[in-house]
Amino acid sequence: MTLPTLLRPGDGVAPAVAPVSPDPGEPPRDPLDLSRGHRRNFGERLIAAALFVCAAASTLITVGVVVVLLRETVGFFAEVPLTAFLTDTRWEPMFQEKHFGVLPLMAGSFMVAAGAAALALPVGMLSAIFLSEYAAPRLRRVLKPLLEILAGIPTVVYGYFALTFVTPAIRMVFPQTDIFNAASASIVVGIMIIPTVSSLSEDALRAVPDSLRQGAYGLGATKLEVSTRVVVPAALSGIVASFILAVSRAIGETMAVTIAAGNLPNLTLNPLESIQTMTAYIVQASLGDTPQGTLVYRTLFAVAMTLFLITLAMNVVSQWFLARFREEYR
Amino acid sequence: MATVHGIDTGGARPALEASSVSVFYGDTEAVRGVSLVVPPHQVVALIGPSGCGKSTLLRCFNRMNDLIPDARVEGRVDFHGQDLYEESIDPVEVRRRIGMVFQKPNPFPKSIFDNVAFGPRVNGFKGDLHEVVEASLRQSALWDEVSDRLGDSAYALSGGQQQRLCIARTLAVRPEIVLMDEPASSLDPIATQRIEELIYELKERYTIVIVTHNMQQAARISDYTAFLYMGELVEYGPTQAIFTNPREERTEAYVTGRFG
Amino acid sequence: MTLPASGLGPDVDRHDTRRRMMGRAFASLCALATCVGVVALAVLLVDVTLDGAPRLSADLLTSFASRFPERAGVKAALAGSVWIVSLTAVIAFPLSVSAAIYLEEYAPRHWSTRAIQTNIANLAGVPSIVYGILGLALFVRALGLDRSVLSGALTLSLLIMPVIIMAAQEAIRAVPPTIREAAYGLGATRWQVVRHQVLPMALPGILTGTILALSRALGETAPLIMVGAVGFVAFTPSGLSDQFTVLPLQIYSWVSRPQQGFHEVAAAGILVLLGLLLTMNAVAIVLRNRYRARL
Repeated sequence: MTLPTLLRPGDGVAPAVAPVSPDPGEPPRDPLDLSRGHRRNFGERLIAAALFVCAAASTLITVGVVVVLLRETVGFFAEVPLTAFLTDTRWEPMFQEKHFGVLPLMAGSFMVAAGAAALALPVGMLSAIFLSEYAAPRLRRVLKPLLEILAGIPTVVYGYFALTFVTPAIRMVFPQTDIFNAASASIVVGIMIIPTVSSLSEDALRAVPDSLRQGAYGLGATKLEVSTRVVVPAALSGIVASFILAVSRAIGETMAVTIAAGNLPNLTLNPLESIQTMTAYIVQASLGDTPQGTLVYRTLFAVAMTLFLITLAMNVVSQWFLARFREEYR
Repeated sequence: MATVHGIDTGGARPALEASSVSVFYGDTEAVRGVSLVVPPHQVVALIGPSGCGKSTLLRCFNRMNDLIPDARVEGRVDFHGQDLYEESIDPVEVRRRIGMVFQKPNPFPKSIFDNVAFGPRVNGFKGDLHEVVEASLRQSALWDEVSDRLGDSAYALSGGQQQRLCIARTLAVRPEIVLMDEPASSLDPIATQRIEELIYELKERYTIVIVTHNMQQAARISDYTAFLYMGELVEYGPTQAIFTNPREERTEAYVTGRFG
Repeated sequence: MTLPASGLGPDVDRHDTRRRMMGRAFASLCALATCVGVVALAVLLVDVTLDGAPRLSADLLTSFASRFPERAGVKAALAGSVWIVSLTAVIAFPLSVSAAIYLEEYAPRHWSTRAIQTNIANLAGVPSIVYGILGLALFVRALGLDRSVLSGALTLSLLIMPVIIMAAQEAIRAVPPTIREAAYGLGATRWQVVRHQVLPMALPGILTGTILALSRALGETAPLIMVGAVGFVAFTPSGLSDQFTVLPLQIYSWVSRPQQGFHEVAAAGILVLLGLLLTMNAVAIVLRNRYRARL
């Protein structure tokens, strides 16, 4: 049986094509045209272009943030020297005698974050070890979502809790505590970020291959030794990433600290005093009616820029650690 | 350098003709300059030890290697006188005419009917889908077992049934050539036997190129056998000749089980 | 039953009992740490419920805010929240899923793809208040949308888009490559494979991720403060350009007042908010389980 000679597309002669299988409903077979169908190809390309635009738009967001912050920040530093911003120990932009030292705000943010970390990092990591190494699967299935709920509770709720429960509790022990204080905010933000540490760390611990554990057990190691000397070191990059991410969240936290910690810029190491964080200042400045173009208006952006740079740096470092971790175990 | 016995296409144009096909994954050359002719309405088996490039070569025939980011193909694959790798050729069109069945059955998470109907649907088929589905399921010897439950999920079928479903799915687009990549390797012996019987029936309508690591299977069902080793075509000829009277020493060593 | 002395000598054996004790202490410590989180959650919920439950009533849901705590209600805030979250969903969902599809199915292996990917991961970690500032400068001022529902929704969309994109990408990645192979092998185009195979399979995961992102949007306050949501609104929005308030913001303004009465109604507002969140998350979980059963 000779196959009919099939012509190249574009030849004007219609060939006689014998159907391969004479079944009903067979799609009419063109003379062999394997070239790209124009209309369909156009549709495909259009879709691909539209999808690309959506993806690329995400870069526009970053550009937008940077441009918006930069414009006003540059205007700010035209009037206030960078050295004053970074070294002055008073932040009083709205008083008669103006001071633009960002240190009190940064100190406030860092103090709250440090306190939160002091609570969340150990608790989170030990919880992660418990869930990953000790807990039975059924217990894990219950506990893990419970901890996740902590992350889902809105920050205003934490602010309320801090003001109406935690602060009175602290004042029972330390009566000299201000109503608005850093310690209360620290505790509450710490609770809020426990799941960040525990979930990410637990994922990291569970990604460590079981063969490593088996090997250690086979040498007569106890569970404590296996967990702390084999599994945790193996998962270290992932755990460190979770720490950094959690602290970054604590620094960026707004409402809970605004409600609980106060609005008094205060360069202090005493957690029982009122302070103001960078984020709380931004809220305060925008709640008041500051006219556009004034120096006070620009302080908002300068502080926001500082906040943005700090959290960005921390997130980038955290991503780097995560990438290192994934390299080892994927 | 390959030893090629006489291939008899009965005077017809070959279904497929590979000329010096090479495949590179990054810098590694997985297939080196393979040339062979696939006669129409025959079963050609590609055999060889693991990693010899037989699956990679198979995937050249329907441009599936395009989907692998690092892969690069050189050489020609002629189908109806056109080189499949020419600039103007659309891989989607190629795959509508050259179908593929994979090693592990991979039905879609849909009903049996929708699995078989998917191919015609995306190809713009305007006729009666039920007839196409029934015809395809009959051709793959599955109709009697599923005709009363076409709406059931494909995952309710056994492994062997799922693979026959995948075959029906491939046949539903009415290809000319069906490529099979170790289609029975994940199935039990009885299911394997049914697939082999099916292949024998199918070659009446289609041309089949099958990759298999099971030499006895190649000997049972194929008309022509190509032996590949380390990416090279070592010997190619009628199955009888390859298994009972190989001309290359390496071929003989492999088919007598001395290695691989 | 005591085992014979180990081959390493009596020092090692004495060490053993200490090891066992330390092991048990450590296990208890880990369990205790886990309890800290759970107990904190319980204390918080109980505290809020005790404070707010007495104040819960139908009146709460149907009254507007007021100078008098006894008469205050969440009607405006509730309506505002519903408007904002719905609008945010409509804006963010298609854009985010499209971006995720592009990144997983279309994007070539190129440094530009990695750059977009890294950028999205970084955006997910930017504090929400920075998004508020972006929204203020871009939507309220530059585009002239002023303090409106539209500004708020656009701002929140920017905020949650990276989150949805990442969740959608994970869901799409979870679709087995064999399914795609089979579809391509049948002569389907890329979009056909995505539309008929990948998306349907990934949809439960995408929806779950979206609902979780939206529940985060529901709880956001700071960005909306920046964009002009106000604390005292006596009407429900009826159009995109209306002013608005949202539930968390209303709670904040109540908490900021010194009178005890306002703290109680704040707690009640919190209960309403938590109730909404619980519902949303329950829907997400039900959706996920139903789709999983279907497969």
